[in-house]
Amino acid sequence: MALISCKNLWMAYENQVVVEDVSFEIQKGDYVCIVGENGSGKSTLLKGLLGLKTPKSGEITYGEGLKQDMIGYLPQQTVVQKDFPASVWEVVLSGCLNRRGWKPFYTAAERKIAQKNIEKLSIGNILKKSYRELSGGQQQRVLLARALCATEKLLLLDEPVTGLDPLATAELYGMIKQLNREGVTIVMVSHDLNCALHNADKILHMDTQVRFFGPAAEYEKSPLCRRFLGGDFHA
Amino acid sequence: MLELLAGMFSYPFLTRAMCVGVLVALCAALLGVSLVLKRYSMIGDGLSHVGFGALSIAMALGLAPLAVSVPVVVIAAFFLLRISENSQIKGDAAIALIASSALAIGVIVTSFTSGMNADVYGYMFGSILAMSEEDVVFSVALSVVVLCLFVLCYNKMFAVTFDEAFAQATGVHTKFYNMLLALLTALTIVIGMRIMGAMLISSLIIFPALTAMRVCKSFRGVMITAAAVSVACFFVGMAASFLFSLPAGASVVVVNLVVFLLFALAGFLKGRAAFG
Repeated sequence: MALISCKNLWMAYENQVVVEDVSFEIQKGDYVCIVGENGSGKSTLLKGLLGLKTPKSGEITYGEGLKQDMIGYLPQQTVVQKDFPASVWEVVLSGCLNRRGWKPFYTAAERKIAQKNIEKLSIGNILKKSYRELSGGQQQRVLLARALCATEKLLLLDEPVTGLDPLATAELYGMIKQLNREGVTIVMVSHDLNCALHNADKILHMDTQVRFFGPAAEYEKSPLCRRFLGGDFHA
Repeated sequence: MLELLAGMFSYPFLTRAMCVGVLVALCAALLGVSLVLKRYSMIGDGLSHVGFGALSIAMALGLAPLAVSVPVVVIAAFFLLRISENSQIKGDAAIALIASSALAIGVIVTSFTSGMNADVYGYMFGSILAMSEEDVVFSVALSVVVLCLFVLCYNKMFAVTFDEAFAQATGVHTKFYNMLLALLTALTIVIGMRIMGAMLISSLIIFPALTAMRVCKSFRGVMITAAAVSVACFFVGMAASFLFSLPAGASVVVVNLVVFLLFALAGFLKGRAAFG
């Protein structure tokens, strides 16, 4: 059974349809990149998968014991976070909230999960630091650790390398790849097609509708991909 | 020092004002951290103006001030929250609009009944004589409820403040917590308005949070520092007002300002030391 399956999904803002009749399945262990131009409905689709926005019609079902609030999410950074006084530890621990229900305080078991993910992403040395003092790459690591506290199965990333320098970008991609090898399913919205082709196994090309969904190698040969890459191929 | 305290607490009205004031300062500081970080500071200001309008109308009609202003301000809080969630820039203007309208209506209503007199001055800039025995009981009970709810929801509040999208994706009812924040803020403002005045109460929400953020690195640190700063400033402000016969609310605000400047300087020097 698929981890996530979308069937005839329609999503809209007011009367503007941004996701039109989209169907696809994501299997356990996949590394899927959602690509497409601005306004092609990539981020909206992601919001649908996360339950942040209700679809107009169609359905999203979760298999393999995955629940909607057990998805690790790496959102785009907001203005609020830029000068937010929070220690790295506080941010990572807040990923455990979905295990809490209505109970108010964290337990030792949850602290242990946070600790484990801090070690996994080697951010133990900046634990006491304030989130606002970190570099862009470090901030993304912290948010990744938080996302891992919420899930062991599925990570959704919304343009995670925006604003990172090339070194930090390569590091982050490496880390995501490593997590995928360890069995975490990855779904990533990305502008960076070259990196998507390099890292992902599957590509979902959105332009309101699904233009392509299949293995990355196959996508690379398609005319769609060549057009999307544009100048790179003619140069 | 002891003489000063003994002197202050020998007046029952001052003791009442201190009891309520310290609790309000505590609530306002804790809520203020979330409000300031979420860019909701304007809501606090808007609510206090609405509170002034409600108080004037209650007085004109001869009703109990708290019984009228609590529901009015709570409703206004939900309304303002809606506005600021929908669109940030428009929300800003809309809040200013509502705030000044409520103020204007309040002033007109009072001018019809008693004219601009000491009562109105008291609403606007606070009066330590305002608290009756029942007011104190009601205010203390409300403050305790605010504090308890806040402590129980602390972790969720952090998540919702830091990253609403992530919190919502992991199953936190962010709308509920935003409403709770607005509700608790509304209650705190209504209680605090009598002592601090409608024009000055929002400083109690904004100053301690900003002061603590100058130097603290963690959310918990900011919370604890803001709470401590707020209570200390309230105490010092009241003592100053007692010693030098200054208006109580204004003294508290000025003490807050001085402490903010000191913390800002400390933060600046600390930042310089880190780079130097």
